[in-house]
Amino acid sequence: MSLFSLSRFAAVLFKEFVQMRRDHLTFGMMIGIPILQLVIFGFAINADPHNLPTLVEMADESPVARAVLSGMETSDYFDFVGVVTGAEAGDAALREGTANFVVVIPPDFERDIIRGLSPEILISADASDPTAVGAAMGALNGILDTAIRQTLTGPLAAVAARPAPFSVVLHKQFNPEGETAVNIVPGLLAVILAMTMVLITAVAIVRETERGTMETLIATPVRPLEVMLGKILPYVFVGYVQTAVFLVAAQLMFDVPFTGSGLAFFVGFNVYIVVNLALGFLISTLVHTQMQAMQASFMLILPTILLSGFMFPFAGMPGWAQTIGTAIPATHFLRIVRKVMLKGGGMADITGDLRAIVLIGLVITAISLLRYRQTLD
Amino acid sequence: MSAESAISVRGLTKVFGANTVVDSVDMEVPTGAIYGFLGPNGSGKTTTIRMMCGLLTPDGGEGRTLGHDIRTEARAIKENVGYMTQKFSLYGDLTIRENLDFMARMYGLKNRKAVVADTLCALGLEGRGNQLAGTLSGGWKQRLALAACMQHKPLLLLLDEPTAGVDPKARRDFWDEIHRLSRQGVTVLVSTHYMDEAVQCDYIAYIAYGKKLIDGPAREIPARVGLTTWRVDGPELIALEDALRADPRVEQVARFGAQLHVSSIDAAALDAVVCEWTQKDGTHTWVKKDAELEEAFIYLMTTSADNFGQTGAAAQ
Repeated sequence: MSLFSLSRFAAVLFKEFVQMRRDHLTFGMMIGIPILQLVIFGFAINADPHNLPTLVEMADESPVARAVLSGMETSDYFDFVGVVTGAEAGDAALREGTANFVVVIPPDFERDIIRGLSPEILISADASDPTAVGAAMGALNGILDTAIRQTLTGPLAAVAARPAPFSVVLHKQFNPEGETAVNIVPGLLAVILAMTMVLITAVAIVRETERGTMETLIATPVRPLEVMLGKILPYVFVGYVQTAVFLVAAQLMFDVPFTGSGLAFFVGFNVYIVVNLALGFLISTLVHTQMQAMQASFMLILPTILLSGFMFPFAGMPGWAQTIGTAIPATHFLRIVRKVMLKGGGMADITGDLRAIVLIGLVITAISLLRYRQTLD
Repeated sequence: MSAESAISVRGLTKVFGANTVVDSVDMEVPTGAIYGFLGPNGSGKTTTIRMMCGLLTPDGGEGRTLGHDIRTEARAIKENVGYMTQKFSLYGDLTIRENLDFMARMYGLKNRKAVVADTLCALGLEGRGNQLAGTLSGGWKQRLALAACMQHKPLLLLLDEPTAGVDPKARRDFWDEIHRLSRQGVTVLVSTHYMDEAVQCDYIAYIAYGKKLIDGPAREIPARVGLTTWRVDGPELIALEDALRADPRVEQVARFGAQLHVSSIDAAALDAVVCEWTQKDGTHTWVKKDAELEEAFIYLMTTSADNFGQTGAAAQ
């Protein structure tokens, strides 16, 4: 008896290769996951985000004011998407998430500079995502300095020579201390729910197939919707428990505020849970084993964490990555949670994202009901 | 005819990839009968049954089960059929009672608690209702599965190899139960590859390699096949068996315990063989007998066309 038989070793080796090749889905994912990660980390993620949507309130249309704005815009950090009047409109846009910054140029800006009154430019920033605004804020002083020196030439050169011809007042909204935990923790709820809800249901149907109980199940007069709802509902309650635990922990351990409407939160997370469960159900109609279901869920988790705006600023991603991100339910729920918990948002502020989640959910449900087989074909 | 037939199908065909697993099968199962569906492993029995109860869509052919179209009225069929799968397919991680309760709910039974209690009682499992179904022995699993698919009082029972892997005592008990149900008017279609179970059926269809070879009342089958059979007793049967197998006039030699059954369609040719052997060695006794089901089926098996690229799978 040899201690190591090459033939036996080869037998196991070839068997494993054959089995690996037969399981197309697993094989595909083994190749697919690294590619997905490469693309996302390599191209989509940007920790120094540019082109952040910015609104302007211009109370002074002078050349100097324009120079300041164009200096900001050419820096690529700021993307001026519109003009507002009045502090309320600006605040609403920040809460809504349509803008990360609101720049307010005060009246008589140029005149005050010339007079040496050092007028204040007010920049309100949505600090609920510290990463997104941090880099831009850091670059701001240099940008403004350059801009002002290029504009104040000729007779005004003397003004430019003075230290600080104007000052910038930065108003960090929603997370004044710029704490990362305040941003990350609400987002975590979106990721935790997506991970567990999708995985649990993904395994649920395929387990019936694997154990052979599917045949008994579909030999009864049961309808697809009955199976789907019956399988999904128990996990909705799991989602409730997770959310409750999460809220308590966020409060006690991380001091994350809850400033907005409880109703908006409740509606948002219910819809989100159901959509994730439907997504899990869809996976389970596509795979053949519980192992594949787990791999597929894992594959979905990657974009959920990386492209949803959870880990990296959404506005900093290229357009195609934002498009993919928009199709991910977590992207919208993340915004809902941040709006409600950090920005004091209510139902009116979350309707857009809510609508998006519902739409994604309807598409998923429709596909999975079509995929669910009432026969063994 | 379909008015009185529990199952009536014509030209039923199913293709998986390149294999025609079920090829143009016609079948007529009279209401109230115990209908044996025989054939070797992989002959297409399970696929045929699944098509009959709407679990698989046929690629060709048509038919009615309990008067409902098998293509379009699967739900109506499922409501009135009890289908017992080949592999135990109740929930191993639910208790016996929970499984029965689940099935009772699936068929929307009234007085569910009482129905389940009755079923447990009839099974003789009153005291073990809280035992996990997965921990039952093979025989008990079969009995539980049968009881579970009988709770909604189906008019038709489809049993797919219900006794595979079950010990002989449990098999006999199982068949007693089938006869009892049949007396109550339930039509039973039971697939098996045990020949000793075939004799318990009123009607038989034999399928091999996806094609139906013969069907009819059980007692008529041997005569229809038309085999002449001689039973041989005596010493050194193995040598005799080899010699007979080499003789082209003998179509089939089958060993039954300590006897050989020697058969052929051509009675005259076989007579000649028997004559030669009795003359040249007197140690064996040759007795002509009526052909039985088993010889008939072995004959059908070995002579049937093979569309799976394999020849002569054992007819056991």
